Amino acid sequence: MFQETALSGQITFFQKLRSLDYILLFCLLTLGLISSLSMYSTEGGEILYHTKSHVIRFIVFFSMMLIFSFVNIKLWHSVGYIFYFVVLCLLIWASLYGVKASGSQRWVDLYFINLQPSELMKVAIIMCFAKFYHRTQIHSVNSFKNIIIPMVVLIVPILLVVSQPDLGTSILIGLSGLVVLWLSGVNAKYFIYSSLVLLISLPFVISFLKPYQKLRILTFFNPDRDPLGAGYQIIQSKIAVGSGGLSGKGFLKGTQSYLDFLPEKHTDFIFTLFSEEHGFIGSVSLLFLYAIIIYRTAKIGASARSFFGKLFCYGFASSIFIYVTVNMSMVLGLLPIVGSPLPIMSYGGSSMLATMIGFSVVMSTKIYQKQIIA
Amino acid sequence: MISGSSDTSYRKQSVVGRRMFILSAAKLVVFGGIIAQLFSLQINQNKKYLTLSDKNRLREWKLPPIRGDFQDFFGNTIAGNLKVYQLHVIPEQVENFNSLIIRVKDILDLDQKTFNKIIKKKNTQKPWETLIISENLSWDQFVKINFYLHELSGVKPVLSVARSYPYNENYTHLLGYVAQASQKDLTNNDEIKKKHVPGLRVGKIGLERSLENDLIGMNGVQRYEVNAYGKRINQIDHIEGQKGKSVRLTVDTKIQQKCNELLNDRAGSISVMDIYTGDILAMHSSPSFDPNLFLYGISYENWEAIRNNPKKPLINRSITGLYPPGSTIKPIVALSALENNVISPNFKVNCSGKIEMYGQTYNCWKKKGHGVVNLRDALKVSCDTFFYEMSRRLGVDRLNETAKKFGLGNKVFNNIFNEEKAGLVPSTEWKKNALGRGWVLGETLITGIGQGYIQTTPLQLCLMTAQLANGGFRINPKLIINKDDLSFEDIKSRMSKNLEKKIQGPDFDDALLDLGISPSEDDNLYSPLFRNQENVKFVLEAMFASTNEVRGTSYSSRIEDKKYQFAGKTGTSQVKRITEAQRELDLDISQIPYEDRDHALYIAFGPYKNPRYAMSIFIEHGGSGGSTAAPMAKKLFKVVIDRHEEREKFKQKNINFVA
Repeated sequence: MFQETALSGQITFFQKLRSLDYILLFCLLTLGLISSLSMYSTEGGEILYHTKSHVIRFIVFFSMMLIFSFVNIKLWHSVGYIFYFVVLCLLIWASLYGVKASGSQRWVDLYFINLQPSELMKVAIIMCFAKFYHRTQIHSVNSFKNIIIPMVVLIVPILLVVSQPDLGTSILIGLSGLVVLWLSGVNAKYFIYSSLVLLISLPFVISFLKPYQKLRILTFFNPDRDPLGAGYQIIQSKIAVGSGGLSGKGFLKGTQSYLDFLPEKHTDFIFTLFSEEHGFIGSVSLLFLYAIIIYRTAKIGASARSFFGKLFCYGFASSIFIYVTVNMSMVLGLLPIVGSPLPIMSYGGSSMLATMIGFSVVMSTKIYQKQIIA
Repeated sequence: MISGSSDTSYRKQSVVGRRMFILSAAKLVVFGGIIAQLFSLQINQNKKYLTLSDKNRLREWKLPPIRGDFQDFFGNTIAGNLKVYQLHVIPEQVENFNSLIIRVKDILDLDQKTFNKIIKKKNTQKPWETLIISENLSWDQFVKINFYLHELSGVKPVLSVARSYPYNENYTHLLGYVAQASQKDLTNNDEIKKKHVPGLRVGKIGLERSLENDLIGMNGVQRYEVNAYGKRINQIDHIEGQKGKSVRLTVDTKIQQKCNELLNDRAGSISVMDIYTGDILAMHSSPSFDPNLFLYGISYENWEAIRNNPKKPLINRSITGLYPPGSTIKPIVALSALENNVISPNFKVNCSGKIEMYGQTYNCWKKKGHGVVNLRDALKVSCDTFFYEMSRRLGVDRLNETAKKFGLGNKVFNNIFNEEKAGLVPSTEWKKNALGRGWVLGETLITGIGQGYIQTTPLQLCLMTAQLANGGFRINPKLIINKDDLSFEDIKSRMSKNLEKKIQGPDFDDALLDLGISPSEDDNLYSPLFRNQENVKFVLEAMFASTNEVRGTSYSSRIEDKKYQFAGKTGTSQVKRITEAQRELDLDISQIPYEDRDHALYIAFGPYKNPRYAMSIFIEHGGSGGSTAAPMAKKLFKVVIDRHEEREKFKQKNINFVA
């Protein structure tokens, strides 16, 4: 064990640099470029506030990701719980003293940045679980204690986020956590049981939903119910995507977004804008880009020797998949509208920060793939 | 422990690996689903969504179509489009609308009422819609606005077009007028509905109304891209509109103006017609009003003045005024009697001023009586006694047949004027059906002098005169010039051909029918309306005598110059039954209340040697035809005949000229 640690200590900086996953980095950079151009397009072909701050954030967080990639995976492992607790505290802080905007209290004012802790929780929960299951023996995974603790760890932040209220993010946190639980070997029957319980309790859950959330679910099943009200977003988004056709209307020529028919085009509906301007070919290419990113992340996980690294990479890759799926399905009218950003593409600092932290751990896993954590 | 740990570690790895594999397969399926949805939206349903997107972003603004002109025979514009200066403002583009509008009010010197109207209009429309502050700026206002334009940002002086009637009241009843389309106009006329834009002017009455679909033209279209809030972003397309068809009429403005001048605001009507081509050279109803008043919404004062005028300027008397024709019916009564061989031209009646029949007294207009008169004299001096006796022998049904043939009791036009009236020529059958009572013989007598049930429009009398004057042939009265109109020469040769046909044998048409050829409506046109043309000639000669021989009722209005010489028949129709006492009084016209006075009528044709034009003059409550109406004919014939030369010259120069 000592030898192994010593061995890892022998990796030179250049070796580390060489062992970076350049395909993944290239894909992330491409995505950053596409997202900046899309942001430029949302502002009608002008470099205004959103474009500027998106580009700056991308550059800052991407550089930060590169630097943190060289942090030893052991360190990531050791801060796993701390990171979770810090984010949890920030969530509590947000619900107590957070900044209110458009009806919900999601942000923490950190003087230099308005942080959205719920976004960070998406990564923190994966890190926390990865550390938890790194230590847990396979035969005790399904023991009572080892089921209850992760459930509590998962449900507390979800409740906090739901109370903000932010249904979208809480669903994404829940899904990210569940995916890690599934990967780490929690018995399939628990998933089946809990889905049954959820299904039965659905009417009660719905009765707790805010009126606008209920409306969104109703609208999803029939967007024409109220085409100028709640159904407006779905209908306009589908019109934008559908009118894009095979090759799109052309860069900066998306009439739906340019003429303000698209709601929230900077954030949740950025894919709609992209799809309108670049058509089927562009959309599938973007989806393919995400697929490569997910695949490369999972591949890093596959070759990682540490269980922490492996589980984190698998979990994170699956989370990215979930974010992309939920966001795209939503704008394409396959899922009800819930607030969920498209990773890196959507405008939003916290989301970008969380994503980049995730990729730092992934890169670190790659560099220290032979590292074994005790 | 190490081995145990490595075993569990291996098992852990294999579990996570297996589960990740399952997950990856699921991911592929889900991404496949997303691609399928993208394919469905963007490839399969692309057309649908592209249409929806265009519907979202494109808005069309219809521009008002430019209305076609009306021209008189000589190509002068009698209803056209005038350039007008308008003042537009788009409230949204103005920083402080209220202070701007008050400034504009001061500069234009708008009254409070107009100002309130503008404010009201502003509040009913969207802030990005053009608000028309003034539809018609005077030149002074336009200059003033331009002078202050630098401090009126947002205000736009605009050049537009508006309907104008350069001859003001001269053509009012003929052309009608335009005004803003009402809800009724939209529901009644699909063409208007299709082309409607706010503020569109459409024909309300007259030719403007009946020719609406030709005149209206095509809208120009401006296609704009708009944003989600409906605000115009930029212009995508501009399609020029098409001006409506211009319509050239048969009327001669000089003659029309002369008619207006002669009537001089008296209630009445004058019509002039070409007896061969049916061209209506003038058709004026008086009093008239200026149709330009209706363009921007008539003011309350003007409207009240028109509406409350006792002489009723809104009525088009030429075609909707129904009056007893009086003695102007006598040529037709005479013709009918001759045609039906009821009397010979030598038949004589002794007129003693009145005649007792069926226990009633029927008076002649001349109390002293005319003595022994034959038919020619009776027409010349308009002896009522003679006509009582002749009508009695003729009977109302045979008179009805002849009168209808010559154009009485039928509409002159086919659906040009909605308001046109057919009039009434009574018959025994008509009375039974309409009033449910049997015909009384005494009614035949008064019908024979153009009183009683019989009612005609002034234009019908003009047509009747024309169809007598051309030798008794049916003609096609018309106002609108078409490319395929027959020339005067063609019509004359058709008439003589039709006459020949008639002389050859009355069975000619039957022979055609036997051959399977039906004589068409066109064959009916320019065909003889008589049995024996000598009868028509006799009547025309008697009318000549009435005007040009001593003791003739319109002798004092004669013109001796052969070039202008005309023949005519006076008419004085009673409005009220005159009692014996009144007859004894023999009041002067000025002593009778206006609405009880007789109508004055006169029908005429000329030049007598070679007749070409017919006219009818009608003066409501004008007194006697001989003293009031006939002198107007004298003045008018001079103009009509002089203008004839101009007309011929113009025709020579512009063969087949259609507007």
